[in-house]
Amino acid sequence: MRDVAIIGIGMTDFGELWNDSLRDLFVKASLEAMDDAGVDHIDGLVAGCMSPGLFAGQEHIGSLMADYLGQAPVPGVRVESACASGGMALRTGIAYVASGMHDVVLCGGVEKMTDVSGAQATYALATAADQDYEAFHGVTFPGLYAMIATAHMHKYGTKREDLAQVAVKNHDNGLLNPHAQYRMKITVEQVINSVKVADPLNILDCSPITDGAAAVIICPLEMAKKMKKKPVVKIAASTHATDTIALHQREDITWLDSTAVAAAKAYKMAGVKPQDIDFAEVHDCFTIAEICVLEALGVVKKGEGGKATREGMTARGGRFPVNPSGGLKSKGHPVGATGIAQIHEIVTQLRGDAGKRQLKRARRALAQNMGGSGGSAVVHILEVL
Amino acid sequence: MLTPAIVRRNTPQRYRMEAQKCAKCGKVFFPPRVVCPCGSKKFRDYTLPSEGKVVTHTVIRTAPRGFGDEAPYCMGIVELSDGSRILCQIADCEPHRLKIGLPVSIELRKIQEAGESGVLAYGYKAVPER
Repeated sequence: MRDVAIIGIGMTDFGELWNDSLRDLFVKASLEAMDDAGVDHIDGLVAGCMSPGLFAGQEHIGSLMADYLGQAPVPGVRVESACASGGMALRTGIAYVASGMHDVVLCGGVEKMTDVSGAQATYALATAADQDYEAFHGVTFPGLYAMIATAHMHKYGTKREDLAQVAVKNHDNGLLNPHAQYRMKITVEQVINSVKVADPLNILDCSPITDGAAAVIICPLEMAKKMKKKPVVKIAASTHATDTIALHQREDITWLDSTAVAAAKAYKMAGVKPQDIDFAEVHDCFTIAEICVLEALGVVKKGEGGKATREGMTARGGRFPVNPSGGLKSKGHPVGATGIAQIHEIVTQLRGDAGKRQLKRARRALAQNMGGSGGSAVVHILEVL
Repeated sequence: MLTPAIVRRNTPQRYRMEAQKCAKCGKVFFPPRVVCPCGSKKFRDYTLPSEGKVVTHTVIRTAPRGFGDEAPYCMGIVELSDGSRILCQIADCEPHRLKIGLPVSIELRKIQEAGESGVLAYGYKAVPER
């Protein structure tokens, strides 16, 4: 297997982008990534997208994107793992490059969510849950994470304010990200008093409905070193794990086992420990998710994710900054694009190009992208050479 | 998705809580499966008990398509007396009564007014013990 590096990144703004279609978004992010890499040709394309069928009435987008990017007849395929589709697109592309099947591959993520009503979007997202044993009963994604939150608060004494602090911290970061959908400061009181969605989660505990795309160009590490254009970012680990997609079938409702398994494999693959990671971009689709992810990544002990957030560990100036981009909460969550947008932020930080939100220590970072209520998780560890 | 074929196919589970128990390791599966993670493909018929307690809960205030008129409604994960778990609505329960450990019994209720096909869908809900 060959080592793989990231040589180009691109992304659109995240938000309600009424003038851009699904294909417009993907092509814009992809062209920016190709320009950044200095390539005008790719050997293959992987598009992560959760549900172009339900959000845009369009399937078969691997070919569509290869065509509109002016790259047909190169191979193009769509991969799907709910909200982890972006992370899966990168992992799939890595397999192509590492195996020697292709050299230069574009891994993109996209979702066009605002062409449908809120009720239709809620329905489309709920297809990532078990249709017959969860969605049938009227549960929503906020509802599933709300049940994780209720259990976590009961078991570990996590406070309502701890959940709110995740949103407050991520909005503080998103304020400095020009691509973010919601660039505004919020307070713990505002989160706690915002509209109720699924108790104990309110609207400001939830990531928004977003349009957007992101893309990266990858190639063999040895090829990247010869290009010498920008700092070379090596992919030190790429892992993936699954769990029951039905929340109630898990032994411990508060434990994200797919993330824990993928992270443990990633640390081993990269030859590092959790304390060797400088910062992380994680899947804060709901505030409670970030707290549970911290525990599953092993950066805090089981049950201490809320406390760590309260004490500022995950803030930009903290011991382990989490979601310097603003996370899904502030930056926005075009579901298929999210996993690639996390990589975009990490590469930006590792290159030292993050401007006002630049972290002091940024040599090695981890991205965690999650599908459904944790039925899938993809973890990447990136290092700048 | 709710079509007549799906409603019919799920009737043994939704009306009668029909499950299976692995003949080798004893693990209970609801719904039934073809293969157990232990490797066994032999199962015994088994019916889930109808008593349990709430292990976590929420109140759905923004409902999905088909449930809009019912919001807000209570939902939870219920651990049945044999340790199996199901997710369902908690009916006849004011949100302030919800708590972890709340004893419930499982009853057959109407779940959705009508799907896209016009089918009425019934199934199990948990009801707090009176």
